[in-house]
Amino acid sequence: MGDTFLGYRRENGAAGVRNLIAIIPSVFCSSKVAQRIAQNVPGTVHFSHPVGCSQVGEDLEVTAKTLIGIGRNPNFAGVVVVGLGCERFTPTELAQGIAPTGKMLEMVVIHDEGDSIKAIEVGTRHALKMRRAASLEQRQKIDVSELMIGLNCGGSDTTSGLIANPALGIASDKLVAQGGSSILTELTELLGAEHILARRAVNEKVANDILTVIHNMEERLKRQTQNSSNEKRKHLISTGNYDGGLSSVVEKSLGGMKKSGNARFVEVFKYGDVPTKKGLLLLDGPGHDGEVTTGQAAAGAQIVCFPTGRGTPSGFPGVPVIKITGNPRTFERMKENIDINAGAVLTGEKSLQQVGEEIYQEIITVASGKLSKAEVLGHDEQFCITRMP
Amino acid sequence: MYVSNVNQMSAMDLGRLAGGKTALVLDQKDNVAVALTDLAAGDSCLVAEDGGRKYPVTVLEKIPFGHKFALVDLGKDEAVYKYGEEIGKMKAAINKGGWIHSHNMYCDRGMK
Repeated sequence: MGDTFLGYRRENGAAGVRNLIAIIPSVFCSSKVAQRIAQNVPGTVHFSHPVGCSQVGEDLEVTAKTLIGIGRNPNFAGVVVVGLGCERFTPTELAQGIAPTGKMLEMVVIHDEGDSIKAIEVGTRHALKMRRAASLEQRQKIDVSELMIGLNCGGSDTTSGLIANPALGIASDKLVAQGGSSILTELTELLGAEHILARRAVNEKVANDILTVIHNMEERLKRQTQNSSNEKRKHLISTGNYDGGLSSVVEKSLGGMKKSGNARFVEVFKYGDVPTKKGLLLLDGPGHDGEVTTGQAAAGAQIVCFPTGRGTPSGFPGVPVIKITGNPRTFERMKENIDINAGAVLTGEKSLQQVGEEIYQEIITVASGKLSKAEVLGHDEQFCITRMP
Repeated sequence: MYVSNVNQMSAMDLGRLAGGKTALVLDQKDNVAVALTDLAAGDSCLVAEDGGRKYPVTVLEKIPFGHKFALVDLGKDEAVYKYGEEIGKMKAAINKGGWIHSHNMYCDRGMK
């Protein structure tokens, strides 16, 4: 047995690092009811969102699969599904998608209960019952090979590509070497570096998959900016990125991909799907922080590691987000938001290897119950399902 | 790969670097350095390559922390290398020690 963490063994054998109850609306119309239920019962988190109806085809399918994936995430001991009653993605379908995990599951439908106040009451009683049952669960020793981490960086500056991402890459490589999984996403921010990523594929099929998904993403972006009125909206690099010293998307991409270390990519998988292999994975999704971590959590990631040069406080409901900065000034200013000061490399206090090891240990400690700073402060902004054009 | 090149830099190296007016070269193929401190025009900056070679370069203009400057004279349309890979080309010629950023470097990828 390699390194271990203390986690929760779920009914279907999956390993969770938190023991929370998820309150998930099947449609935006029931988001406030879900939020109110969560407010009534500590130890629950809600997943308010703006979708679930007036969608068709792949767009609706991705919403459906992502909501089901969130419900299946092993960090949740139980799920209360909250529906309205007339939505396209029905609460029954959401519940049926989660049911095979064997976890506690209840459904509340506003139209069935009468009104939102009654639905809040019924949902609150379900959540309370689940919370008490979940409180009996004990953490147990689990091999790190059962950990899946999501990688995402936001609010980047030059220290992200220079320090924090390479340090996270060292931690990711260490987890992958022990049989664990690590997910890179942010395809919009890998443009120009795809030839380097493809070199790291485990075989020709995966190399082709990498090139294909990045090419498709670039084509999608081109379509979206074809109209000349969108001329000013075509850049994939933000004002903050420029201010930090990044001059092109390629430069940004080269720095961005460093957080995936040097391991070989074993699989490319679609947004809303769950990977079939373990190891370093590429999730086909755009670069918005929330869309990335939502896709990763829906794929089963129990923890997210998030380098941020300029400093972002955001977090994810029920999935710990570990913030890492390579900028010592940012750490000083935002030390209540940032978990790891990789800026210690820049100031000469630590080596990249040391910080990489520190991040790896933090992953195990957080997996075993230590709260990340975003969790303590209640940051949950990142839940955001991607849309299909 | 540039990743391992960065990894080979020791903490002490980077630490000494960050103490004074310093800059980092990420790969031997690179023709730019990244400023690890704010630099003013005329500053002599200690540039360190990943192999440990260090040499002074006088910067010609203000280079903010994290920004890049040229290590050699670069001609118009000449490629700019960082991480050992091309990150763009020069819109105009620039002298060694000049600031390289979006005002004088172009790269079409992701921009149109």
